[in-house]
Amino acid sequence: MTGPLSPESVREALAAHDYLADDGLATAVFLALRLRRPLLLEGEAGVGKTEVAKVLARWTGGELVRLQCYEGIDVSQAVYEWDYARQLLHLRAAEGRGADVEDELYAERFLVRRPLLRALAHDDDGPPQVLLIDEVDRADDEFEAFLLEVLADYAITVPELGTFRAEVPPVVVLTSNRTRDVHDALKRRCLYHWVEHPDFEREVAIVRLRVPGLDEALARQVAAVVARLRDVGLYKPPGVAEAIDWAAALALLGRTTVDEATFDTTLGTFLKYREDQERVRGMGLAQLLAEAR
Amino acid sequence: MTTSTAPSRLAVGFATALRRSGLAVSPDSVVAFAEALTAVGLEQRTGVYWAGRATLVRAPEHIAAYDAAFDRFWLGTPSAPGEATSPPPPPPALDTDEDIDDEPGSPAARPAMVVRYSAREVLRHKDFAACSSDELADARRLMADMRVAGALRRSRRLVPSKRRSGQPDVRATVRAALTTGGELVRRPRKAPSRRPRRVVLLCDVSGSMDPYARALVRFLNAAVAGRQRVEAFAVGTRLTRLTRELATRDPDVALDAAARAVADWSGGTRLGEGLQRFNDEWGIRGMARGAVVVVLSDGWDRGDPAVLARELARLRRVAHRIVWVNPLKASPGFAPLAGGMAAALPHVDALVEGHSLAALEHLAAVIAR
Repeated sequence: MTGPLSPESVREALAAHDYLADDGLATAVFLALRLRRPLLLEGEAGVGKTEVAKVLARWTGGELVRLQCYEGIDVSQAVYEWDYARQLLHLRAAEGRGADVEDELYAERFLVRRPLLRALAHDDDGPPQVLLIDEVDRADDEFEAFLLEVLADYAITVPELGTFRAEVPPVVVLTSNRTRDVHDALKRRCLYHWVEHPDFEREVAIVRLRVPGLDEALARQVAAVVARLRDVGLYKPPGVAEAIDWAAALALLGRTTVDEATFDTTLGTFLKYREDQERVRGMGLAQLLAEAR
Repeated sequence: MTTSTAPSRLAVGFATALRRSGLAVSPDSVVAFAEALTAVGLEQRTGVYWAGRATLVRAPEHIAAYDAAFDRFWLGTPSAPGEATSPPPPPPALDTDEDIDDEPGSPAARPAMVVRYSAREVLRHKDFAACSSDELADARRLMADMRVAGALRRSRRLVPSKRRSGQPDVRATVRAALTTGGELVRRPRKAPSRRPRRVVLLCDVSGSMDPYARALVRFLNAAVAGRQRVEAFAVGTRLTRLTRELATRDPDVALDAAARAVADWSGGTRLGEGLQRFNDEWGIRGMARGAVVVVLSDGWDRGDPAVLARELARLRRVAHRIVWVNPLKASPGFAPLAGGMAAALPHVDALVEGHSLAALEHLAAVIAR
């Protein structure tokens, strides 16, 4: 793929694959594809950061390679590992033949490729992979420094084997929930986009897109209530993901409109703190619904 | 804006404008911005806007400044009068030591070196509120030697271990077997390493803390500088993250930057609301999880004590420990009765003094416990 022609075409392509992006995100994705730079997405939980990588994979046809970060993640989980059991078996079998056992042992057939290596060592002619490095803020500084090296020249060195270099660099999307600041050096390497909650009309469209067959009036009601609840200072304001969950629950229950009783029983699909639920009940469910009309 | 102007020149010009409004813009972001401009073209305002957002902005806090600079540079909007285009000047509370406490009659001509050296032990126990600016400067030097590190916890990272309790290190085992013809003679092991927990310092900067704020901010600086797992915030009527400002080892630069960042020095306190903002925006989503959280405050709070209690309870559910540092604790007759303090007490793991160097050394030990 030579890259899209304009942010507008990116937006259309994403929409064709069920992701409704705004101008900002479409431009950021467009630039990431054109300038071949990693894209760092930050934003509240549930605004659809991870989804961007998935939709990019669907659109470009590249394989989605996902690396979920966590505290203590290291090379053997992120990059490569040797298949030790087979190595040992081979070693025992080769006993007596002597000579070049070591070279045989550290050959590619004993190499277990983890996500980063899989994303870089791509040799067929298909579209480049989409590498999703999810929740990079959860990894520790050592891993971030390593990542910086990988993203700088899209190459990984396995000491026993040599360097793997991506002929076509993968499309890289990093996400962060901002539990801590990602190091500046890594940010500098990336394009940056802060993902906001969608505006009302876009949210209605997203909900309807993700919950097929949902009544439009119901979608509007859901989006309106959710948007209202984002402004009242809850511990965890509902994101788009929660709006979709709630709408899906309502659709499953066969509702065409939210009444007070339904609101009350389905509260747990989008408010996951007891304090938040009490707060919202205290605001008066009937009144919230009336305002959302 | 004419199309004959090269994007690179525009990029440099806009970057300069951004720097003038206080944003840090690195040269390689400018290069990226120029490339981005070439890619999106200069025809559409939104394209130019988002190209800049993606390449020049690195944190949501910078978006407002970016927007203002964008309007000024690309649309020629004059900045509104009264609108802060540069950070406010540092308030007097954190001014340099030289022009404070320099009242006439002070023994300025004393042989400073000798006095200070012999006074070191006295200084360790002297209440910060009673310290002259010279003494505070000395105290600051001593603080630089303090090591603030959180209590250790098990990491998921494995390191080679001599103990037999560890799990087998298969990689090293294969390596070792190579030299023995495939026979597993040596069986190395590995075990989880230990890492210090994150430390989060929340410093009250309201008016009632004034006698201590100068010293405590230095302590924050000493704690943050050069260490990656210490975070610092100022709490007054609002919450300000100071980790970046205080991360430099030069105390003067750090304090100056902190003073510029905090808009509400010596104002009122709304500890509960400050904590709530911390919980909402940083703490609960990860920064405070498993961390040692240190609140430096005298507990005089104009806000609702119930809010403070609720937010501390929330914080405690995710944090490893909450340490409350109250400089007043050392004063005779202290009882934790101030509205905020009384509400906070049930949720606090340790209440310690923080009025002197010795007390801060003790605090460092409590944090590492």
